[in-house]
Amino acid sequence: MASHYEAPIRRPLVTGSKSYHDVTVDVAAPVEGKANKSWWIVFSIAMAAFLWGIGCIVYTISTGIGTWGLNKTVNWAWDITNFVWWVGIGHAGTLISAVLLLFRQKWRMGINRSAEAMTIFSVIQAALFPIIHMGRPWLAYWVVPIPNQFGSLWVNFNSPLLWDVFAISTYLSVSLVFWWTGLLPDFAMIRDRAVTPFKKKIYGILSFGWSGRAKDWQRFEEVSLVLAGLATPLVLSVHTIVSFDFATSIVPGWHTTIFPPYFVAGAVFSGFAMVNTLLIIMRKVSNLEDYITVQHIELMNIVIMITGSIVGVAYITELFVAWYSGVEYEQYAFLNRATGPYWWAYWAMMTCNVFSPQFMWFPKLRRSIMFSFFISIVVNIGMWFERFVIIVTSIHRDYLPSSWSMFQPTFVDTGTFIGTIGFFFVLFLLYARNFPVIAQAEVKTILKSSGDNYKSLRAKHGDDEKHYGEKVAFSTKNKNN
Amino acid sequence: MASKVIHALYTDDDILLQAVKKVRDERYHIEEIYTPFPVHGLEKAMGLADTRIAITSFIYGVIGLIVSVVLMDFIMIQDWPQDIGGKPSFSYMANMPAFVPIMFELTVFFAAHLMVITFYMRSKLWPFKKAENPDVRTTDDHFLMEVDASNQDENKLSEFMKNTGAVEIKLIDKNEDH
Repeated sequence: MASHYEAPIRRPLVTGSKSYHDVTVDVAAPVEGKANKSWWIVFSIAMAAFLWGIGCIVYTISTGIGTWGLNKTVNWAWDITNFVWWVGIGHAGTLISAVLLLFRQKWRMGINRSAEAMTIFSVIQAALFPIIHMGRPWLAYWVVPIPNQFGSLWVNFNSPLLWDVFAISTYLSVSLVFWWTGLLPDFAMIRDRAVTPFKKKIYGILSFGWSGRAKDWQRFEEVSLVLAGLATPLVLSVHTIVSFDFATSIVPGWHTTIFPPYFVAGAVFSGFAMVNTLLIIMRKVSNLEDYITVQHIELMNIVIMITGSIVGVAYITELFVAWYSGVEYEQYAFLNRATGPYWWAYWAMMTCNVFSPQFMWFPKLRRSIMFSFFISIVVNIGMWFERFVIIVTSIHRDYLPSSWSMFQPTFVDTGTFIGTIGFFFVLFLLYARNFPVIAQAEVKTILKSSGDNYKSLRAKHGDDEKHYGEKVAFSTKNKNN
Repeated sequence: MASKVIHALYTDDDILLQAVKKVRDERYHIEEIYTPFPVHGLEKAMGLADTRIAITSFIYGVIGLIVSVVLMDFIMIQDWPQDIGGKPSFSYMANMPAFVPIMFELTVFFAAHLMVITFYMRSKLWPFKKAENPDVRTTDDHFLMEVDASNQDENKLSEFMKNTGAVEIKLIDKNEDH
């Protein structure tokens, strides 16, 4: 059938001669199987880190944020660094599911579910930091516009911090419904395969009674497309607004019009790195190498390379503009970043974010799984340093040299950060065992155009060959489960 | 409602599409089709009307925009005007640039959430809703076509459905109150 045609030059996105049923079995396998020992080990470590983080948070809230390493000069440090880092990581999921959907990039189908999960879990971590930083988190509802009788005054809609509240909550909630809507047919698949009544019940609830009627699918596809159209400007707006937290201030080093695109590129960069970190491991332990192929990793590496280079251009533009502006405070802020007491953070950032992605120009390196994993970790570290550099180096030497100081994190700072990493992995590990981690319904739609068995069928018998019948049966494996 | 229906199961989307065309050419009535994934061109072949859910989303977005403008105008300009940073809050238009981010966010918020809620209501999807696909294999690799069999010669219809490539035919007596 001509409708399944795909140019032969495109490499197959699904390998291993899969039939529709094989896709079902492979995606359901991690959910139906039992967790192995290594899952429990990693889960325990993540849980321990999470509990340690909870301890630090409880200590912070009961004692006050004086437990952090902040001082009068550096009054914003790891809290906001971690916030921006986690929000940035949370950008890849929606980028993959929304922007790549609009651009009709079929390779998103193998990875979009996990990328979206990662987005939601990391935005949750991000949201923790402003709430902890409030000191009295039980008054967190004061950030919503409630009448004066409840709190002190109305919220200030001129403040970028309030824009953040709206941007992050819109982003989190829209990403969540986008993710969940996509999950419905896949939960339904697990529900219909479930053997125990308990499992059937649970997945029945999760699937919202999805039945797969033709009309439901028609609406499903339209909703996905419109949500993608809405989420695309949304994902760009979120980190734009996060960058406004800094850009609308008058602190040298923050007061920069380049911040919005620079932050968005950096967010996509770090998000893809985190997707690579997680999926390189998950495809191995969950036996999903046929769906998350080396090609997927390679394409993500190319995105990392391009966004890393954009970030590099932004770093250099910042330096140029600081010099060209003729403002000596601005010039000093950047000179101090590169050569001051925090030079090591600056150059760690430069090396990790600008230099290391350039290796991805070499096809051999970007197709190497070990190397991709290594670079993804390097990029994650680099992007944390980027936020640290922007925040701490800009304020630790202010206009009054007598108040210049350094920032020393306490165990509470590090503990809270480690705690969020633990929490993130707890959520992701639970997800990996209980959710369909591949959008199997979507993958089935591209099986005939992009499955290797169908591609070789067309190569052998011509593009007009039927995509069903005996010839296909020979080329697909028949599993009997 | 048809009291008697035929459930014809297929194992391939291309065969299903051809079958839909044949069934409709013979003027049989397709009640419903259950598929494990969106089959491209199926709704056209079945003659389903286009969904209007995107239009609702647009309307919801416009509502969200209006809500955000009214909300911020009331809070910042009418109810408690303040002079923040030497920029007094006397008119919405003059202060509008600072309100653009939230105007945008609320537009998206309303458009996305209300559209998804509309979708869930229209397609009857919510927690504790019982699934209605007649065969559990329709979420795996089977495609089920439900054809109206009341006032039809059942044997002839079954035979016809078999010839369209169905792998399994079931005659279902839909007793309304069982």
